[in-house]
Amino acid sequence: VQRSPPSGPVHSRAHDGQVEVALPMPPQVRRRAPVCASQVVLKMHEQRKTKQKNDDKTPEGAVPAYLLDREGQSRAKVLSNMIKQKRKEKAGKWEVPLPKVRAQGETEVLKVIKTGKRQKKAWKRMVTKVCVVGDGFTRKPPKYERFIRPMGLRFKKAHVTHPELKATFCLLGVITKGTVVEVNVSELGLVTQGGKVIWGKYAQVTNNPENDGCINAVLLV
Amino acid sequence: MTSGDVERMLIQFQDESGEVLGNPFDVPLDITPDKLQLVCNALLQKEEPLPFAFYARGEAEVVTSLAVCVKALGIETEQVLPVVYQPQAVFRVRAVARCTSSLQGHTEAVISTAFSPTGKYLASGSGDTTVRFWDLTTETPHHTSRGHTHWVLSIAWSPDGKKLASGCKNSQICIWDPVTGQQIGKTLIGHTKWITWLCWEPLHLNAECRYLASSSKDGSVRVWDTLLCRTEKIMTGHTQTVTCVKWGGDGLLYTSSQDRTIKVWRASDGVQCRTLQGHAHWVNTLALSTDYVLRTGAFDPAHATINAQDVTGSLEDVKERALQRYNKVRGSNPERLVSGSDDFTMFLWNPAEEKKPLARLTGHCALVNEVLFSPDTRLLASASFDKSIKIWDGRTGKYLQSLRGHVAAVYQVAWSSDSRLLVSGSSDSTLKVWDVKTAKLSMDLPGHADEVFAVDWSPDGQRVVSGGKDKCLRIWRR
Repeated sequence: VQRSPPSGPVHSRAHDGQVEVALPMPPQVRRRAPVCASQVVLKMHEQRKTKQKNDDKTPEGAVPAYLLDREGQSRAKVLSNMIKQKRKEKAGKWEVPLPKVRAQGETEVLKVIKTGKRQKKAWKRMVTKVCVVGDGFTRKPPKYERFIRPMGLRFKKAHVTHPELKATFCLLGVITKGTVVEVNVSELGLVTQGGKVIWGKYAQVTNNPENDGCINAVLLV
Repeated sequence: MTSGDVERMLIQFQDESGEVLGNPFDVPLDITPDKLQLVCNALLQKEEPLPFAFYARGEAEVVTSLAVCVKALGIETEQVLPVVYQPQAVFRVRAVARCTSSLQGHTEAVISTAFSPTGKYLASGSGDTTVRFWDLTTETPHHTSRGHTHWVLSIAWSPDGKKLASGCKNSQICIWDPVTGQQIGKTLIGHTKWITWLCWEPLHLNAECRYLASSSKDGSVRVWDTLLCRTEKIMTGHTQTVTCVKWGGDGLLYTSSQDRTIKVWRASDGVQCRTLQGHAHWVNTLALSTDYVLRTGAFDPAHATINAQDVTGSLEDVKERALQRYNKVRGSNPERLVSGSDDFTMFLWNPAEEKKPLARLTGHCALVNEVLFSPDTRLLASASFDKSIKIWDGRTGKYLQSLRGHVAAVYQVAWSSDSRLLVSGSSDSTLKVWDVKTAKLSMDLPGHADEVFAVDWSPDGQRVVSGGKDKCLRIWRR
């Protein structure tokens, strides 16, 4: 009676079938385990958490204990720091808010006033632009006055502003738009590195004072 | 000494507490302070002559001759005139004039600086979270101590000069060894908000310098045991930030707070004794009359040498010396306390005994940032955001003079150890040295590029250190 086919030939057949072939793949190939979508999402969340922990650098602007709980520096300090910053940068040292100023001829600034019985003499001039006079200004006798400065155009004070800080100073000279004037900033309490108190700074006039009735200028930092 | 033309009068020497010295003495009216000194030293029978300052009737100082004072006060020459004599410091500190070095190293603003009690070591805390120790003989960096995780807001030397405590904005306190720059013990954690002030226990109460008091924005004051590195006591009671804590020489703790009160606590059991009320706004700072002697411990500035030395001697010896110095400065009166506030005024208190203030010191136009007694406790200096410093009498609180010159808020002041000079650092980046006797500017010290946050005068009188927003530490010498 023949039972199942003898195992010997089958095995031997299988054995015969095996041939040692050099496989094209390298012997150790790691197959990646399939990653499911939820695992990917969890990993992304974790990365987000670790990123937040790394942001623990000490903040800037260290102040002593007596200055904590108080508001920051006064605006004058901000101004002073900006000045120093600009000096360090050196570029744009001579930049002004209004770079090009139109030259103004004599006919525009001075208007001819005719005098005399027959209104023929023309030696008098009236200034048409704003001028700033000192505190002790008194007119010369009207008969001898060559340059008339109308009362409405005489100024002692000017609003010299910085984009953040507003202050009022006293000035000298004839002022039009674009004039660079020197102002007294001693009230701001700025100090140089050498310990001297800064009292003068340049500012440029930004409006038409003869039209507006006031002088607005911007401090040049 | 018979000059028939010059008038004579009787004077009676008195010391500051009112005790008379000798009998009434007959002197000519044109007598000068030098001659008065000779007489006084003879009466006191001292071996070495001491310098004195004389005040006719306790008010007008005898500067040129007695006649001037008599005329100024309108005193009759028939009566006996009491002349108060005040011993001045035997040594004289010279004003600092030049910046000998600008120490760079900190990478952020320097927030606090302090000399050790003998003047041998210098430490500075900064916004870059490090505490740096500096070698004073070469004026170079010595150690950089890292351990804090936020700005180092306050530092305090132990009175024996062997340890430095520093508190940071993350409410941690570390103790450092100045010789090696290493941390001693563990970091002291307990406060929940930043540390505003640190104060060690005085040397004459405990020569081991073991206990440290700290105040914090969380409204509590903790006493730490630095040997076991843990909290010994917690004192709560203030409802807002505690701005300053001072450990008095009599075993009492004084704390000031933004809740407008000052509280007095017993250090032994942490029980609150008294609440001093009166201020209308935050109380920023406290000053004890014995501050300087508690700071310097057993070191006497009169015995300072060119090379500052450590305090030597056994613990008992050191404790005894510190106690002697403390008793001498304190005298027979209890410690006085002055508090400066955002309400532009200061109060003079006798906190150990009374609840009511002794005097209210008004005059400033802006908040008072720091008050400091002179080392001999006779004068009081107040630095304010109104750009001026005012000098007051340390005993009565009477206004004496104003020192003007700064163009921006004055942040801190420091006295020289002979109480004759005062240095002030301001937001306008300059330091100024003032001669207090003449109320005049002695030296102007520009050089910093930005605000000056901290100043200190070394107890041996040789150096002044200043640190500020420009990240440099500057040392100034004669």
